[in-house]
Amino acid sequence: MSRKIYDVIVIGAGVSGCAAARELAREQRRIAVLERESDVCEGTSKANSGIVHAGYDAEPGTLKARLNIEGNRIMEELSRELDFPFKRNGSFVITFEESGKDKLQELYERGRANGVPDMELLTGEEAVKREPELSGEVKAALYAPTAGIVCPFGLNIALAENAAVNGVDFYLNTEVTAISREEDGFLVTAGEEEFQASVIVNAAGVYADRLHHMVSREKLRITPRRGEYCLFDKSAGGLVKSTIFQLPSARGKGILVTPTVHGNLLAGPTAEDISDKEGVNTTSEGLEKVLKIGAQSVRDLPVRQVITSFAGLRAHEDSGDFVIKEAADAPGFFDVAGIASPGLTSAPAIGVYVAKLVQERFPASAKEHFNSVRKGIPNIAEASMKEREELIRQNPAYANVICRCELVTEGEILDAIHRPLGATTLDGIKRRTRAGLGRCQAGFCSPRIAQILARECGWDLSKITKAGGESVLLTGYNKEGV
Amino acid sequence: MQDVLIIGGGPAGLAAALSAKEAGIDRLLILERDVELGGILNQCIHNGFGLHTFQEELTGPEYAARYVQKVKEAGIPYMLQTIVIDISGQDNGEKLVTAMNREKGLFTVSAKAVILAMGCRERPRGALNIPGFRPAGIYSAGTAQRFVNMEGRMPGKEVVILGSGDIGLIMARRMTLEGAAVKAVAELMPYSGGLKRNIAQCLDDFGIPLKLSHTVVDISGKERVTGVTLAQVDENRRPIPGTEEYIPCDTLLLSCGLIPENELSTGLGVELNPATSGPVVNESLETSVPGVFACGNVLHVHDLVDYVSEEAAAAGAFAAAYVQDKSLQEPKERREIKLAAKNGVRYTVPSSVRPDLMEEDQLVRFRVGDVFKDVYVTVYFDGVPVISQKKRVMAPGEMEQLRLKKEKIQEFPELGRITFTIEKENKVTAGTQKRAERGMA
Repeated sequence: MSRKIYDVIVIGAGVSGCAAARELAREQRRIAVLERESDVCEGTSKANSGIVHAGYDAEPGTLKARLNIEGNRIMEELSRELDFPFKRNGSFVITFEESGKDKLQELYERGRANGVPDMELLTGEEAVKREPELSGEVKAALYAPTAGIVCPFGLNIALAENAAVNGVDFYLNTEVTAISREEDGFLVTAGEEEFQASVIVNAAGVYADRLHHMVSREKLRITPRRGEYCLFDKSAGGLVKSTIFQLPSARGKGILVTPTVHGNLLAGPTAEDISDKEGVNTTSEGLEKVLKIGAQSVRDLPVRQVITSFAGLRAHEDSGDFVIKEAADAPGFFDVAGIASPGLTSAPAIGVYVAKLVQERFPASAKEHFNSVRKGIPNIAEASMKEREELIRQNPAYANVICRCELVTEGEILDAIHRPLGATTLDGIKRRTRAGLGRCQAGFCSPRIAQILARECGWDLSKITKAGGESVLLTGYNKEGV
Repeated sequence: MQDVLIIGGGPAGLAAALSAKEAGIDRLLILERDVELGGILNQCIHNGFGLHTFQEELTGPEYAARYVQKVKEAGIPYMLQTIVIDISGQDNGEKLVTAMNREKGLFTVSAKAVILAMGCRERPRGALNIPGFRPAGIYSAGTAQRFVNMEGRMPGKEVVILGSGDIGLIMARRMTLEGAAVKAVAELMPYSGGLKRNIAQCLDDFGIPLKLSHTVVDISGKERVTGVTLAQVDENRRPIPGTEEYIPCDTLLLSCGLIPENELSTGLGVELNPATSGPVVNESLETSVPGVFACGNVLHVHDLVDYVSEEAAAAGAFAAAYVQDKSLQEPKERREIKLAAKNGVRYTVPSSVRPDLMEEDQLVRFRVGDVFKDVYVTVYFDGVPVISQKKRVMAPGEMEQLRLKKEKIQEFPELGRITFTIEKENKVTAGTQKRAERGMA
């Protein structure tokens, strides 16, 4: 067994790991990202609110506060550089009680201290004037125009692809099973494979504590905090323009109602600490709660328009803050742990911050040809008629619609498969193109996409999976058991 | 420029096109998104189709082939793998349809009349909000049917089916015949949503249990389904604690309802009926947008393709008449009588009739919202009961029909509303003798 030798190994191809890998690739380093799943963006990064928080939640002085503000600030430019969907839609925190006004004032002050620009405290009437579908029971609101919405897959995949284009090696289906310290760094074992590096970036999400303890005795404990969501049809996407949070109160805690950047409506999440690090199942209690509390925020939450529900796990660390630092007793081992909310918002800043920490301790010289620009897959659904015509001229496959709900064409699916770090699963194609994310939830397109994937990869249909591993679509041929 | 443009080349679109052609329309075109004509029939390889239309029992592909053959013989043009992305109205009353395909790229077609025949889709798991994990192995019954019947591949070996709609029942039998073990069909309601004959032929004949008033309360399995938990539900359809039963399986099929695909229609501004999710139509199967007609499962979900063909043929003839008779294209105030559904009747198609334009004998199709025994389908002209038809059994899974006589309607010059209801007794004979005589005519 030959060891693969790198300067930096990033564990976890979620949004933090990929942001770190991309930033580290600005310097001359050999970098590998090890991911246990079959694709990037398979853990916490794929199942969250998709919110770019303004930054008034975190306590001033915390890493969360600092990286939230910084992430929010750089997200827009990054979205242009890496071509992923982002929109600054603003957010409201609403209260239904007079007593909530003090708490809103507190949030406002905290936002000011953190450096959130242009916030406003509004009366209930003022808030409803701006968001007419807000509940009439709103007594007061805090408005933050800098809040936004982002495609969590889009951001994660864009960072990963751009890292790959800049020389980062991605090892998928590669689960780290052991890490040991060696004289000049670390030996990382992933099943049959061995990797060696002087620097490890531990961005393993809810498993970050387990990996951390392979080399460090410092205390770190991650609790998976489950959040359940309901996603609504695009016909409901225009209900509100902004993201609507409720002030934590007896009536609920943290369940928001927001448009998504793709034009759906999203409600959630619940917050439930669980012990199972794989516990991404939804529960009837959770889903009921989402719909019940979500319905308090707006006049008419269209509960019959739900097209899917899902759950994600936030990696909550005991300290309550992000833990991004070199382990004191394991030089070269950098934790990027406890990246719960506002983790997605902060991700671009986390990448920069991690790269700076590593560069201070393990300096490398700048790369001559770092390419910071990435062009995404064309989006036929959102393209103008003229752009569509041009794309179809280039390749008629852009006129062959495969997912009719989201208007995704064969051309886009082919792109998703053949790009750097291309999709190899139905979920991979879904997250790159939105095929299967619409109102029929892949009923129509999944057999068709399976066929395209099989054809392009030269596989038999029996090899096609939803998300790698044992998640096969088909179990055999007709009459086999007869 | 077309006279009649038909969107969808399934059973509805084919019958509509043929009928328009027979009525003398030569400039017509069918746009079909799939690789062949015939729509969902192509994957319905079981028999039972065509008993009304052809007086024989055909499979779905056979039934489709007869219509495809006729369309080809009639020389009706069609485009395959062509998706319509927009329909919009124009100032001159014509419709502009934007579509794309590999050969022509993005293109537009204008048409004097458009027939909506896009069919329906299955309700997905997400719309049911079934809790649990989201592994592979959860399919809508129609998706599984495509894998089995079109690709010869099995989506699973041990199957639980939620929902007893016809596709679910048909798939229970198909999966069994192809070597899978179907462990149960669970149905949320206290009655099946499918046809009686399908319950007998697809479940009873194979010893597959139908669990009424049951639902799936949990899905297990992180990568592929490993089991589902069923529970009995109370009269409010809430799971009853303590009745949970875990069934190991690798597949969950869903047959929990069909939804007409009206995204194009709503884009055009066509008014929908919340009870059917299909367009509101008058006696001519014309939607709220003049010159736009609807038929088949995009209008309301049917049980039998024979009725789809019949309805679509009517739509084709009406569209032809619209093109040929200029007076129909001009905005004109005509007396219109609303059809209302109440007291057990969920909806009627059509939603209104215009006595000027209706046939002597107007067919009205409807569904009931519950199972009824020994009742009378009663039709009121305003407050007056005029028709009362005895029914031994009525169920939501079976489409009903009744004919309204134009002659009768003309006896009521002030008539504003015709109401369909379910009554326990015969309201017509229970009324005055005079009324009864009028009503039973």
